[in-house]
Amino acid sequence: MRRPSLTMTGLHALLSHWWRNPIQLFTLVVGLSLATALWSGVQAVNAEARASYDAAAATLGEGEFEQITSDSGMILQADYVRLRRSGWLVSPVVEGQLDNARLIGLDPLTAPNGLGPVDMSNGQLTVDMLTSGVFFARQETLDLLGEYDISLVQSPDVAPGVILTDVGTAQRLLEMDGFLSRLIVAPAQPMNQVLFTDVTPKLTLRTPQNGTDVARLTDSFHLNLTAFGLLSFAVGIFIVHGAIGLAFEQRRPVIRTLRALGFPLRRLMALIAVELLALSLIAGAIGVGLGYIIAAALLTDVAATISGLYGASVSSTLQFRPEWWLSSMVIAVAGTGMAAATSLFQLSRMPLLASARPRAWAMQAGRGRMYQAGVAFGLLILAALLGLVGSGLIAGFGMLAALLIGAALALPVVLDRVLAFGTSRAKSVIIEWFWADTRQQLPGLSLALMALLLAMATNVGVSTMVSSFRLTFTGFLDQRLASEFYVYANDADQAAELQIFLTPRVDKVLPIQSVDQDIRGLPSEIYGPTAHATYRDNWLFLQSAPKAWARIESGEGVAINEQLARRGDIAIGDKITIAGKLFDVLGIYGDYGNPIGQVIVTEALFERLFPDSRALQFGLRMDPVDVPALTNELRNSFGLAETNMINQAGIKAFSLNVFERTFNVTGALNILTLAVAGFAILMSLLTLATMRLPQLAPVWAQGLTRARLGRIEIIRAVLLALLTAAFALPLGLALAWTLLAIVNVEAFGWRLPMYLFPMAYLRLAVFAMIAAILAALWPSYKLARTRPADLLKVFSNER
Amino acid sequence: MNAKVFFFLLFPFAVSAQGFAGLGLKDDSFATPQIPAIFDFPRDHGPHAEYRIEWWYLTSNLEAKDGTPFGLQWTLFRTALAPENGTGWSSPQLWMGHAAVTTADSHYVTERFARGGIGQAGVTAYPFEAWIDDWQLVGPDLNTLRMTASGPNFAYDMDLEALGPLIFHGNDGYSVKSAEGQASYYYSQPFYAVEGTLKLPDGDVQVSGTAWLDREWSSQPLSENQMGWDWFSLSLDTGKLMGFRLRQTDQTFYTSATWITPDGQTTAYPDGAFSAEPVSNVTVKGRTIPTQWRVTLPDRGIDVTVAAINDQAWMDTSVPYWEGPITVTGTHKGVGYLEMTGYE
Repeated sequence: MRRPSLTMTGLHALLSHWWRNPIQLFTLVVGLSLATALWSGVQAVNAEARASYDAAAATLGEGEFEQITSDSGMILQADYVRLRRSGWLVSPVVEGQLDNARLIGLDPLTAPNGLGPVDMSNGQLTVDMLTSGVFFARQETLDLLGEYDISLVQSPDVAPGVILTDVGTAQRLLEMDGFLSRLIVAPAQPMNQVLFTDVTPKLTLRTPQNGTDVARLTDSFHLNLTAFGLLSFAVGIFIVHGAIGLAFEQRRPVIRTLRALGFPLRRLMALIAVELLALSLIAGAIGVGLGYIIAAALLTDVAATISGLYGASVSSTLQFRPEWWLSSMVIAVAGTGMAAATSLFQLSRMPLLASARPRAWAMQAGRGRMYQAGVAFGLLILAALLGLVGSGLIAGFGMLAALLIGAALALPVVLDRVLAFGTSRAKSVIIEWFWADTRQQLPGLSLALMALLLAMATNVGVSTMVSSFRLTFTGFLDQRLASEFYVYANDADQAAELQIFLTPRVDKVLPIQSVDQDIRGLPSEIYGPTAHATYRDNWLFLQSAPKAWARIESGEGVAINEQLARRGDIAIGDKITIAGKLFDVLGIYGDYGNPIGQVIVTEALFERLFPDSRALQFGLRMDPVDVPALTNELRNSFGLAETNMINQAGIKAFSLNVFERTFNVTGALNILTLAVAGFAILMSLLTLATMRLPQLAPVWAQGLTRARLGRIEIIRAVLLALLTAAFALPLGLALAWTLLAIVNVEAFGWRLPMYLFPMAYLRLAVFAMIAAILAALWPSYKLARTRPADLLKVFSNER
Repeated sequence: MNAKVFFFLLFPFAVSAQGFAGLGLKDDSFATPQIPAIFDFPRDHGPHAEYRIEWWYLTSNLEAKDGTPFGLQWTLFRTALAPENGTGWSSPQLWMGHAAVTTADSHYVTERFARGGIGQAGVTAYPFEAWIDDWQLVGPDLNTLRMTASGPNFAYDMDLEALGPLIFHGNDGYSVKSAEGQASYYYSQPFYAVEGTLKLPDGDVQVSGTAWLDREWSSQPLSENQMGWDWFSLSLDTGKLMGFRLRQTDQTFYTSATWITPDGQTTAYPDGAFSAEPVSNVTVKGRTIPTQWRVTLPDRGIDVTVAAINDQAWMDTSVPYWEGPITVTGTHKGVGYLEMTGYE
């Protein structure tokens, strides 16, 4: 009977602290919940996207199997049968756009993955599918379809935006009788095979295309989201660390009393650990719930961004997947553990009869700060070193981490020096007191200010990156989409007719012919544009040999994009092999957003190298005013679909729309991280407010009114926020530079130029100030309303 | 490969959970074999789209120069989702090929699938060609054939020459399969002499021997209470014997046999004349499979023991079964092939 009652007494004593300090409890739970919410929200979005990519990959075998493709984009069905009859185990794929969905036709009998995610355990369904036709898709995709005399089967595991069906059905609906889009090569092939080139010399056998793997492409986008999640989690953990540390300090007397009464230290520590575990589980669960709401709100925009930027489909409905909510719970508990580790360690070593006086944990300074400054300096040096000599994505992220943590640790030290300087320059007593008192409060506020710094720096860094990307990309589109109108023919015959039809109607018809080829083992496209001022004027080289365009136009050499140059380690003057012939690289141009390599040769050279290739696309130089009329004419005379005709203005509007969506996502995350930081400031100020009475009472006694003291509190908060903002700006720019010049190059193979957006930074500083004012409002109001009796009590209680 | 699950549903004998018992399902839209059986050659060497299932089933007992025995299988199955030819991808005719090579310690198997209507697989009667992908059984006619197949770890290329006439089972080619009267059209060419090259992981082997081609088609060859069959083709010193035993759910059997003299004269035996009793079992892929049998046909004084050359000759295909070469000892000596289906 004694033991449980002892434990219960201990637990009761410990828990009573939270009853007496509900705001601390609130801080702890809300801080942890917010941190977990952002983390789990971001993880939920990522998990949903990854599930969508996996579904797509499972269907198509892209990145898993070799593929056979054709320069013209079409493979004769007869060639497919010829390959099969020569011992090649290949499987046909027919794909195309049906209404607003992507129709993919497979042959379930020969496809290496069967029908991918579709459940075929219903025999009658199988029979229907092979004979009359069945569509398998998500309900949201089926909703996009018009009327077809085909059974619809809802299949939630099919990739979003994709309809799976039989190859024959797809051929019929896409009017591709006798043609296939590409072939998938089964992993196991028979012993006896006719040489591939002897069967179909005009087709290309390609290794699994990791270069265009959707998951890899979208990695940077998800990396950005993850970075946001992690940063806000770190900010949240700062808050939790603060709250736990304070609680431990304030509970020292209770703990000492309990131990003096004979309560074993081990059990005491176990009780505290259980208490923290329970708190972190509760906060984690709230956080996961909030995270779900955040993710659901973001997902539509994320899905739109990803489909716009990378052409990958992501489901816009969120599922409650264990991979994200479980990992969020784990990180909530682990984060609490991390935040509590020091305090628990100190508790375990506390002498039994240590002073019960609150050591004013928040006031610790001196030796600790020197140590902190040393670590900060070391980390910043490490970041600089990584930036100078490091290589690889890991080094890039290492640099980011060292930079951010180093800067956060350096912040209190820098602020302390600034405030000391202010004190030394003060002209009046009150101002001098203001500076000195602010400086004295700094240790207690430093965690919150570090959170604010990180939030602002991330904000500056990420918005600089996204805005730079937008500027570069729209500028790039202006360069690249120099033609006013683009037309895509369905086949070579139509292309020939189109060219004849268009030539008298526009200023210039620029055929765009291209083939897919591996250059130095990297998947690349070779383009052979017609020599025209359009290209010379608009394609700017990043690096080039002298008189590059003139020499390329004479067929002396080629130009390649930056991706190919970086990945293939190709410099100006190097030679590359195209269609078995060697060519000098004379120019390297920027090609933003393109996942794969690209080579530009002259039209004449292209026709020599690939005599069988026919241009199916045309760029048309014309008066933009005439575009709608020509669109109509083409629709009526050639039956061209909307998707075959692209208006330059339309592409630009579309791209801008994509960026708007991206901005919505980053904007929302920015505001949330700032809110978390603002909350941290509020909580720190509230905590300090009660502890600071002994310092304020004398000032009040000397004649400063409570109202004035309250106003000074607000000014102080604004000053600290401004100082932090001043420090956050260079940090944010350093962050942006690392993302653009290091992480982006490593992840994608191209470097983005960095632009500055002073107005955006100013706006951010204003936001930070507003956050600080809002955070200081309540504490200062409380201060202004402190009863004089309470202030007087300070003197009577003075130790 | 998903086709595995898939084909279980497609091939009629895999429709139900009882596996091969699915052959007992009836569909009125398909044609059924009629008596008397009237054949029209070479047309009937080709496919019969109006019947649900059909096969060109070739098994061969071979020997290397040093006497090492080999077994070889080449099979093309046709199944129809509807009794019509159709065109292109929408043709309801589906094809499945099985090829295998068996040695005393290895068994190489591979299978292929194809849709009818696009030219990837099919059979033409004259000139005769049966093919799926790169595998073929091609002649000018059924008497002179070249047979090829290839898998990831084996390939073969054989020349076949028929040294005797076609023979017809049951009632002149109308082969009854149950007491209720289910039947199929069934004839064979058991007199092939074979020569060719086996390509195995250890290298090429020159082989020669004999082969037996079965042609069979129907729409509902088994009765609903039949679970599978044990089928024997034996080349003995005094003649050839085809016998099978259909296993019924009440533990009884329905048997049938044909005795073939060296010049191609046949005697058909009704239910009960032929018997086959398991002597010993082995475990293959978790199933208990009898690979040694006592086979008797008292009317011909036949009482022999049949033993598998490799008792692990399991066809691990989408419709799994046991198929392999055997040796015969007892009152008669010889070689042959054994097929056992429906062992779950």
